[in-house]
Amino acid sequence: MSDTPWIVAAEIAPPVQRARRWLAPPTIGRGLLAWVVPALLLVFWQIASSVGWISDTVLPSPLKVAQAGWTVAKSGALFENVEVSFLRAMAGLVVGGAIGFAFGLANGVSKLSEHLTDSTLQMLRNIPHLSLIPLVILWFGIGEEAKLFLVALGVFFPIYLNTLHGIRTIDPQLLEMGKSYGMTNSMLFMRIILPGAMPSILVGLRFALGIMWLTLIVAETIASQSGIGYMAMQAREFLQVDLVVFSILIYALLGKLADSVARFLETQCLKWHPSFQSGPRA
Amino acid sequence: MSFADTSAPAEARAAPLPDFEAQFRAPPASGVSLTLRGVVKAFGPRTILRDIDLHIPGGQFVAIVGRSGCGKSTLLRLVGGLDQSTQGQIVFGEGEPRTAGESPVRVMFQEPRLLPWANILANVEIGLGAQRKTKLARERARETLHAIGLEERGAEWPSVLSGGQKQRVALARALVSRPRLLAFDEPLGALDALTRIEMQQFLEKIWLRDRFTALLVTHDVMEALTLADRVLMIENGSITLDLAIDLPRPRRRGSVDLALLEERILKRLLRDETNSPEYAI
Ligand SMILES: Nc1ncnc2c1ncn2[C@@H]1O[C@H](COP(=O)(O)OP(=O)(O)O)[C@@H](O)[C@H]1O
Ligand SMILES: [Mg+2]
Repeated sequence: MSDTPWIVAAEIAPPVQRARRWLAPPTIGRGLLAWVVPALLLVFWQIASSVGWISDTVLPSPLKVAQAGWTVAKSGALFENVEVSFLRAMAGLVVGGAIGFAFGLANGVSKLSEHLTDSTLQMLRNIPHLSLIPLVILWFGIGEEAKLFLVALGVFFPIYLNTLHGIRTIDPQLLEMGKSYGMTNSMLFMRIILPGAMPSILVGLRFALGIMWLTLIVAETIASQSGIGYMAMQAREFLQVDLVVFSILIYALLGKLADSVARFLETQCLKWHPSFQSGPRA
Repeated sequence: MSFADTSAPAEARAAPLPDFEAQFRAPPASGVSLTLRGVVKAFGPRTILRDIDLHIPGGQFVAIVGRSGCGKSTLLRLVGGLDQSTQGQIVFGEGEPRTAGESPVRVMFQEPRLLPWANILANVEIGLGAQRKTKLARERARETLHAIGLEERGAEWPSVLSGGQKQRVALARALVSRPRLLAFDEPLGALDALTRIEMQQFLEKIWLRDRFTALLVTHDVMEALTLADRVLMIENGSITLDLAIDLPRPRRRGSVDLALLEERILKRLLRDETNSPEYAI
């Protein structure tokens, strides 16, 4: 956990969208092009399973996985478990994110607060949060609190560190400008500090979303009685490999969804940022 | 610091709160005078400005030249209220206590310092301070944007502007509240030669229109001579040259008068460099 590169300079973090490549694909169908390789893989997988190169007990064919998915979807179990996992993820994100954000703001704005808490937090950061699972189970059992605690702890650090980093790297010249134009502290915060830190905060959010799912997968697999991870573990007990694979795919889908939401937030909040503008830069 | 409105009618001065509408409708108030008495500024053990006495009448255009590191910016920051002097007094107007309202001074920096996340119009509106929400304020911001020739681009982000255009927006932001003293710290230093001449002409035009007191720090002696009524030189923490430039405007850059003056000032700056060893402060 401690070697995760959580802080990424905000300038390089946004995707380089307009990088010129020498072999640019034709504009039409460029979106489709991205799907060619996955589609081919899927076809190959199906063929390999049908021909018998891959045993069903190792990796069932895509069709079988889809069938398993359809069955749990019809029974309602899928929706129930996805909902449970989703709510857990969100609750952890909101709790851990809010606390991390609050600490990041406080320590970015106030030297006193920073001296008081930053070094402690930096020390705690070195504890891999997943290593706390046995302890958390002892504390909370396998109830909701355990998952909430782990997810919140996991998302806390990326949000905290990136918020703090964003505030620390705000151009002091802009702050001086604001003061010389008579801005009050709250105006300085709303008009300069918060928007200035936003690129970094959103980078933190993206890291946090990744950690959120990862934590939840582990927690649900080890200590849970509902959720997607539990569904997968149940399926394993009954050797339903197709359902296990399907659960994994659901996790992937949810992760992708979270990332898309983060990207959408970036394009909405950072419209002013040159890397998110269309057209040539002046 | 104190500020007294010497040119406005007495009723306006007596009013407890400034009437914002009237302020906008009225013709621009003329520049406020500036007096420095025994101003000293030290950073730790190093005294940068020693005992500066200076009076600038309202509406005058004063340029400050001097070698890099001589304390020009430091002086400007004291006037702009960005730093506090170690000793001495800085007085605006004729020494009466300052009435309610905002500082009569605006500072324009070498960098545009525009907020990248606010569009161009919003950046200009920052100059209006607390009143920026009123309808008249928006009108005034648009008007100022028009004056700098960027009226159509109010909704765009600052990042799409060229360096000269950004600096013009910064100028609009400084001008929009009709400051009575405008302090510039090498505002054109980062621009290319052509844009710079254009901006100088523009600055002169605006100053002739609004007649604020102008305090321009520059390292370009010719720039100082084309624009200023008076050129000050700072050396070793004191004002060592106070030269009135009595030439008609607009001044031609290539004129003999300007060239002679330029030579005189440059000689002074250079002689200083060859004669005084590094360790003498
Ligand atoms: N905040 C500061 N702390 C310490 N020294 C400073 C500070 N600001 C300026 N100085 C020093 O004061 C001197 C004058 O600086 P400045 O006024 O910026 O010069 P310039 O004439 O080039 O604008 C320099 O030697 C600089 O190092
Ligand atoms: Mg300077």
